[in-house]
Amino acid sequence: MPPVIRFEGVQKKFGDHTVLSGLNFDVAPGERVTLIGPSGSGKTTILRLVMTLEELTDGYIWIDGKPLTHDRRDGKRIRLREKQVAATRKQIGMVFQHFNLFPNMSVIDNVTEAQVHVLGRGKEEARDRGLALLDQVGLKDRAEEHPSRLSGGQKQRVAIARALAMDPKILLLDEVTSALDPELVGDVLAVLRDVADTTDISMLIVTHEMQFARDVSHKVMMFDGGQIVEQGAPTDILANPTHERTRKFLDSIL
Amino acid sequence: MTENLEALRDALPRLGEGVSITLQLTLGGALVAFLVSVVFGLLSISPAAPLRWLSTIVVEFFRGTSLVVQLFWLYYVMPLFGVSMDAVLTGVIALGLNYGAYGAEVVRGSINAVDKGQWEGATALNMSRVTRMRRIIWPQAWVLMLSGYNNLLVMLIKGTAVALFIGLQDLGYQIDELRIDTTTIFAYSIGLLLYYLIALVFSFGLRVLEKRARRRLGLPAGSAHASAGAAL
Ligand SMILES: Nc1ncnc2c1ncn2[C@@H]1O[C@H](COP(=O)(O)OP(=O)(O)O)[C@@H](O)[C@H]1O
Ligand SMILES: [Mg+2]
Repeated sequence: MPPVIRFEGVQKKFGDHTVLSGLNFDVAPGERVTLIGPSGSGKTTILRLVMTLEELTDGYIWIDGKPLTHDRRDGKRIRLREKQVAATRKQIGMVFQHFNLFPNMSVIDNVTEAQVHVLGRGKEEARDRGLALLDQVGLKDRAEEHPSRLSGGQKQRVAIARALAMDPKILLLDEVTSALDPELVGDVLAVLRDVADTTDISMLIVTHEMQFARDVSHKVMMFDGGQIVEQGAPTDILANPTHERTRKFLDSIL
Repeated sequence: MTENLEALRDALPRLGEGVSITLQLTLGGALVAFLVSVVFGLLSISPAAPLRWLSTIVVEFFRGTSLVVQLFWLYYVMPLFGVSMDAVLTGVIALGLNYGAYGAEVVRGSINAVDKGQWEGATALNMSRVTRMRRIIWPQAWVLMLSGYNNLLVMLIKGTAVALFIGLQDLGYQIDELRIDTTTIFAYSIGLLLYYLIALVFSFGLRVLEKRARRRLGLPAGSAHASAGAAL
């Protein structure tokens, strides 16, 4: 089986500022990988590249062995059409630090909107699935409410349900608890642990919650300055880091 | 004073006709301006550069040249090319193009003011460009647009008085006629009052729409420019 995500020589520049260069790594099907590293090391950029919210300036990202935005043909790098990109992107979902729920619709409509208008599911089917997912994240009784009436932790659980409703193969989680009051973090992490336990969705996770990272991820990658400093099993990297920079980083967040 | 009031009473049917012409220009102009603003506002954020250029050129042209001159062109020059239109229609088109050009900026600005996270949330759900705009961004931008449109509509109502230049007997014209039989102060005071009432009614209507739209987004009824979607 091809890796579900493959970064091959990925470069990302913002103007003259090179954030990533020559980055290579693979994510195996069903694998959950946590990215750690100091602020500004490029973790968010990596996730945004996979979600096609940023455009890579060189290299390739392969999803399930298929090109995401750029393909190599006769040794040349070519940009794919939006239609082709969308067909691949369908397998990818993302949860953001700031939820990004749609304020122009109710909680349940947030969860059904794309099911209906992207996947073409019937209204009934989408609603059933939406309610089942809201139930899973403990918010079924809030389905008809406006998202502005929810707490941050509840909003984030709706955002997770909304992403899962698309049946993604890959889920990208970018510091999904960083904007929450400490007492709300636990519920969101519990929902994610549940997703990890009950599905085989591959995940790229950026988090500062080290216990969570240790429990749910198969692999941890430590980044600094857009480079992988070291990677390995969470117990190794988090408990016995070999690099000074990793040690310093872990000390800094404890 | 009694002579003034008598003259006013005699003039009522003509004033009514004037108000009717002014309302036709207002409603027609607003409708055309709305369509123009949506089309060129959307073109101005199109991913295709030539469409953006087209929008910039058209918008700058109609904003940058005088409404009166545009009106003269439509009414006196176009017939030389075999295109002649009824005066009210000419007024409607001129007002629509001119205020529509300003409206395009309102549309563009409102769409850009919707929180970037909303575009990204929609993209992460793999929504197409059109779905994203239609279902997510537009409904949020709409709230912001309404307050901008409200300003423009009031300006358009006052702007309809340029109809005088192509011989239309609108409210402004009838007020001027009224002055012949009354004191100048009286006639123009009536004029101010009637324009003010018309503007008040339209403005109130738009504010009701805006309030409803804000409620649908779960925003407080007050301040118009809180960025939609920012906290969700
Ligand atoms: N839109 C952007 N424009 C310019 N620079 C950016 C942009 N987004 C991120 N960067 C830069 O890229 C680097 C990596 O940022 P980011 O991926 O957000 O890091 P992290 O998530 O690890 O904190 C930082 O130096 C940041 O300033
Ligand atoms: Mg980040």
